[in-house]
Amino acid sequence: MSKPGKLPHWADVTLVPLTSVLIAFILSAILIWAIGESPWAAVKLMVEGAFGSSYGWGYTLFYATNFMFTGLAVAVAFQARLFNIGGEGQALLGGLGVALVCLYIPWPHWSLALIAACLGAGLFGAAWAFIPGYLQAKRGSHIVITTIMFNFIAASVLGYVLVNILRPQGSQDPSSPRFPSDIALPKLHEILSPLGIPFSTVPPVNISLLIAVAMCFGVWFMLWRTRLGYQIRAFGESEPAAEYAGISPARITIYVMLISGALAGLMAVNSVMGEQQRLVLNAVEGAGFIGIAVALMGRNHPFGVFLASILFGFLYQGGAELALWTGIPRELIVVIQALVILFTGALDNLVRMPLTRLFAVMGAR
Amino acid sequence: MTTAPIAPARHSDPQMSANTTDMMRQDTAASQPYAIELRGVSKAFGPVQANKNISIKVRRGTIHGIVGENGAGKSTLMSILYGFYRADAGDILINGKPTEIPDSLSAIRAGIGMVFQHFKLVESFTVLENVILGAEGSALLRPSLAKARGLLKDLAREFELNVDPDALIENLSVGHQQRVEILKALYREADILILDEPTGVLTPAEADHLFRILRGLKEQGKTIILITHKLREIMEITDEVSVMRRGEMVATRQTQDTSPTELAELMVGRKVLLRVDKTPAEPKDEVLRVEGLRLLDSQGVERLRGLDFGIRAGEILGIAGVAGNGQSELLEALAGLRPAEGKAWLHGQPLPLSGAGCDGQSRRARRIAHVPEDRHRRGLVLNFHAWENVALGYHNDPAYNPTGWKMNNDAIREDARGKIESFDVRPPDCWLKASGFSGGNQQKIVLAREIEHEPDLLLVGQPTRGVDIGAIEFIHQRLIRLRDAGAAVLLVSVELDEIMALSDRILVMFDGRIMGERLPEATDARELGLLMAGMA
Repeated sequence: MSKPGKLPHWADVTLVPLTSVLIAFILSAILIWAIGESPWAAVKLMVEGAFGSSYGWGYTLFYATNFMFTGLAVAVAFQARLFNIGGEGQALLGGLGVALVCLYIPWPHWSLALIAACLGAGLFGAAWAFIPGYLQAKRGSHIVITTIMFNFIAASVLGYVLVNILRPQGSQDPSSPRFPSDIALPKLHEILSPLGIPFSTVPPVNISLLIAVAMCFGVWFMLWRTRLGYQIRAFGESEPAAEYAGISPARITIYVMLISGALAGLMAVNSVMGEQQRLVLNAVEGAGFIGIAVALMGRNHPFGVFLASILFGFLYQGGAELALWTGIPRELIVVIQALVILFTGALDNLVRMPLTRLFAVMGAR
Repeated sequence: MTTAPIAPARHSDPQMSANTTDMMRQDTAASQPYAIELRGVSKAFGPVQANKNISIKVRRGTIHGIVGENGAGKSTLMSILYGFYRADAGDILINGKPTEIPDSLSAIRAGIGMVFQHFKLVESFTVLENVILGAEGSALLRPSLAKARGLLKDLAREFELNVDPDALIENLSVGHQQRVEILKALYREADILILDEPTGVLTPAEADHLFRILRGLKEQGKTIILITHKLREIMEITDEVSVMRRGEMVATRQTQDTSPTELAELMVGRKVLLRVDKTPAEPKDEVLRVEGLRLLDSQGVERLRGLDFGIRAGEILGIAGVAGNGQSELLEALAGLRPAEGKAWLHGQPLPLSGAGCDGQSRRARRIAHVPEDRHRRGLVLNFHAWENVALGYHNDPAYNPTGWKMNNDAIREDARGKIESFDVRPPDCWLKASGFSGGNQQKIVLAREIEHEPDLLLVGQPTRGVDIGAIEFIHQRLIRLRDAGAAVLLVSVELDEIMALSDRILVMFDGRIMGERLPEATDARELGLLMAGMA
């Protein structure tokens, strides 16, 4: 009953996530200290490993690219209050779309292959999200349940396709053949070198990063400048009001899931076409799930997703460096990432309520 | 009920001591005639001062009315009394004793019972189970249930508070549910009963019954605080009345020494027109005709049982009835939000009541506008800016959306500013979220959106529910202006006064049927009340 006012908007979008991250980092520091390592050295290593060199930046941005796609996928769906947990499966299917396009059609140039791969990834991801969307819209099957189930189905489908169809004769490895090398995507160093900016040639960060950034802008434009976005947001904020306005809930549900699935699928362009150059079983590596945390932390806003993706890219790359150079076990790095997710996502109110009270007290003065 | 006898131990003679005790009791009652006394109570929410230095004395064994516009601070004050909020400053005295009320449990212990506007009952529990809920007394339910059953029997006899103890709440009428709330308070030995807008959901007959109950309780020495905005009820049942305005207690009057006009002026701070000035209607061609309108809800219950009526251009057709007798379904069926059976014509052209062409967009395309009963749920997207709400439902309008896919946000904002000005929405800020406006101003945004598209038919539900008196006047004038401009208006309201004041013809609904048609000048509240109760 007692609601002590509201937090100002700027504080809600900046202070709350920043404080959450800070608490997560402090707890992580305590953990690191408790196993006998120096938290300060760990932080230094992480920051230097992720941002200290163009090599580090390259990996951070590569991971961030993945998270932008999957984060946007979750964020768009959430604008319609649909919780798309199925980014993982949709990205897997997107990978299949990329592989089919790259393997079975001879492309004269990588740019054409890229466009086709984007279409393939988007279409396959969207198709995979369409079924849960349709079931929710027309049959009332809850989207959380169906998208989770579809992750498992996607993994099985991919396993079947890789083992029985795409696997080259005689290979023991359940993966597709390599894509033709002439359609390899230009890496970031190739894009930057004409501009005279030196960049490490090692990390897999590639032109997909630009697509991801463009998608952040595109999703923002779609949500806040187009009729479809207006309808999506109205439906998400209040289904009865949307119905009153003559916005068909079923249609919006299906549209949103198509867009969300396509965005998740696009992630495969980065990982499958940009990095691995072939389709492997675990092509997505949990990025679909990280997307949920990214969207939560980014407040389901494309710009927030952009920033949160960089943070999670940092955690991934910095975490890898930690595991490589210190005695901190790999598992602890997962724990640190989990703490960030826990505090930014699940324990949002832990931070928000004291902050709100603080603002109320300050406002009263 | 809670007053424990004060046994003075120093007296040895039992006879003597009993007498003294009685005398002392009378003494204390005489020297502390106030069941509740508030001294300088203040409460602020951030920059908003909800209660400013409120002092009030409620005499024991009386019915004390508290009136005020929405947002005047009545609910905050009662929430302080019931322990939902803590006052920033000031003292609460219960029976002359300074009392801290940090939570509702302390309020109950201090003998305060509350009957909320929205009942807090477990629908699938029986009356008895609800009555003992939270006061079970022991791990086993049987003793408390037996005690409650006995009490219920006594109370039923004493106060006409009869309810079947074994009935499920969901099967009870609203009036009976309210009695259960009162019984709950009495079971907890409440001495002071606070009722928040108790008659909003009742038929006139049910309200009369409630008042009989309250009078009976008063005669038993209970103190009753009645929060309402219906001045008629204040005049009918209270002994004293306090008026709140903008967080302050502006006046307390003996009810017999005041008048509705004076109270209304005190509430608003200026003179108010309680009647609406309007010229006789000049109805023209029939705009809407409905025949055999039936509607089944999701449980298969027939909510509309075959309605036939018509509305002509330039008239306001009022639908009177107690909430829940099919008026909401009627509005939603006509607005294309719920599929229905039957036939309808708009300007002689068939109007689909289900399937294709029966949705909000199709209705707007045929110049039917709709001010929904529940503006929070349907009429507005509370988290949208005011200007975004101005486009709600009209997002396909070429003025807002010239290309078909990209919104022209500048044009919408421009238009929103105009509507905000012409409907005097305060604050005049099109970037404020809808949730940031008061009820009256929210309603003005909805009305501005629907009226300014110049509909041929306006469906309007509860136009002034939760709206303060100043805005009520304005909204009524706008509806009449729309009528005078030649639109047909279908008005659904549970406020009989509003129906009487605005309508050119009145249909009374009961249990999904039209009980009769009356002309406002040829009927009165009593006749309509009988029709509303299904007694024709």
